[in-house]
Amino acid sequence: MKWHRIKALLIRYMYLNKRSLPRLMDIFYWPVLDLLLWGFLSFYLEKLNMGNLNVVTLLLGAIIFWDLLSQSQRAVAVSFLEEVWEKNLLNLFVAPLRISEFLVSTILIGFFRVILVGLVMGSLGLLFYHFNIIGQFGFYLIIFLLNLLIFGWSLGLLIIGFILRFGTSAQIIAFGFMVLIQPFSAVFYPVSALPESLRYIAYILPSTYVFEGMRAVIASSAFPWSQLGLALLTNAIYLVLTCWFFYRMFARIKEKGTIMRLND
Amino acid sequence: MYIVEVKNLTKKFRSVTAVDGISFGLPQGKIIGLLGPNGAGKTTTIQMLLDLITPTSGSIRIFGKELHSHREEILNKVNFSSPYVSLPSNLKVWENLNVFANLYGVKNIKAKIAELSDLFGIEDFMQKMTSLLSTGQLTRLNLAKAFLNDPELLLLDEPTASLDPDIADRIRKMLKKVQQDKGVTILYTSHNMVEVEEICDQIIFINKGRIVDEGTPTELVKKYGHRDMNDVFLTIVREGEAKELVVDIKKHTNEVA
Ligand SMILES: Nc1ncnc2c1ncn2[C@@H]1O[C@H](COP(=O)(O)OP(=O)(O)O)[C@@H](O)[C@H]1O
Ligand SMILES: [Mg+2]
Repeated sequence: MKWHRIKALLIRYMYLNKRSLPRLMDIFYWPVLDLLLWGFLSFYLEKLNMGNLNVVTLLLGAIIFWDLLSQSQRAVAVSFLEEVWEKNLLNLFVAPLRISEFLVSTILIGFFRVILVGLVMGSLGLLFYHFNIIGQFGFYLIIFLLNLLIFGWSLGLLIIGFILRFGTSAQIIAFGFMVLIQPFSAVFYPVSALPESLRYIAYILPSTYVFEGMRAVIASSAFPWSQLGLALLTNAIYLVLTCWFFYRMFARIKEKGTIMRLND
Repeated sequence: MYIVEVKNLTKKFRSVTAVDGISFGLPQGKIIGLLGPNGAGKTTTIQMLLDLITPTSGSIRIFGKELHSHREEILNKVNFSSPYVSLPSNLKVWENLNVFANLYGVKNIKAKIAELSDLFGIEDFMQKMTSLLSTGQLTRLNLAKAFLNDPELLLLDEPTASLDPDIADRIRKMLKKVQQDKGVTILYTSHNMVEVEEICDQIIFINKGRIVDEGTPTELVKKYGHRDMNDVFLTIVREGEAKELVVDIKKHTNEVA
């Protein structure tokens, strides 16, 4: 792996984003709106005074974590799509760029996006709703974020694998996948709230263990190490599978000679 | 010494055989024209030489090494340009060159970009968005990108397509000069006989994925007894069609009989 090639892709990404309002909005607009929406909702719910449930912490923690997972996924998927839209894949791979270098660059971009959006949402949460995410989760925050980041990469890889396989017309379905896993990830409610038959789906998603772990920390301040173990385990499995899938699909477009035809 | 050695290279896409068992060698420092009508298999051949398309069978050696297993090492010294593949439109011209200079690990990026922008006459629009360039300007930018890594082998897929004759002529002169100054080997695809006759030292003529003839422009003209390559082009292509017609008729009469 050569750093100068990864750096080239990071520079490209920076140029692309620094003067593009839609791209900056993609990073900041949705997270900020989500935060406002769920923040006000949780304030309202808290006023209804349902037992001693800490509604603000539960819902704001959940929406911030969910948005960070989504950022990680979008960083990988959108950086790839940008090259497809601009028909730039051929220019990139005519150079000695390796697939692994391309993937590492998107992963780094995902990392920066998660940090950036995390800072923005964290500060706004503190400012508007007195919700201190660092104070709340402390060191565990790093473990939660790491798992969300990794699962986001896997989802991103899956999506770009689909786009390599079915062309850009598949992008709507591909992004819809993110929405599909939300109800099963136990984001805003525990797994026990799901019907029994659907819990199996929840338990194969790393995100579920992060959100369950988050609630466990809020409830008892004790860290659920078994949840963490399961999150890491499922994450490792998916990362290997989606990497393999992406490499397969890339080899396939070289067979089919369609590197320039993904837009059709 | 051949820079590129291709043996029995074949690419089948489902029912279409785009490239059908071609073998050739590219001598160092020459401009070789890969000539043929639309659909002859030129682009497929070039993309196989860049490891962007996996061949169905056959072998490709570049700089004496097998392409696929030495991809990174080989592509470091190769580059490609085609007006059908432009650089991202949403970056400024100099930004694009900077990104690709980094990608190729160019040592002194500023000096290199200055040298190439001067060589290809693109200094005046370095600050412009790439989307605002004209076709001729884009072609020159693509060529500048293709020289960033001082390639020893340059693959150009119809480099002057969609340019007006004046600019096309200037681009050819530029390429000829760069080839002489830098000693780079160039594979140049085209369906335009006149340009190939002007710029190439050697011509490989392909039709329907097969090599139908090769030689220097003068040799080919001599052999076919025509005044220019345009006539040669028509003769070879129509000869091919006539042969097929004969085969078809024979098949047909056999079936009937
Ligand atoms: N990815 C592909 N899938 C299927 N057929 C293809 C593909 N690429 C090229 N072909 C077919 O292969 C033949 C050669 O195409 P190409 O190499 O693009 O020719 P040229 O560049 O000489 O015009 C054509 O019949 C074309 O339709
Ligand atoms: Mg072509």
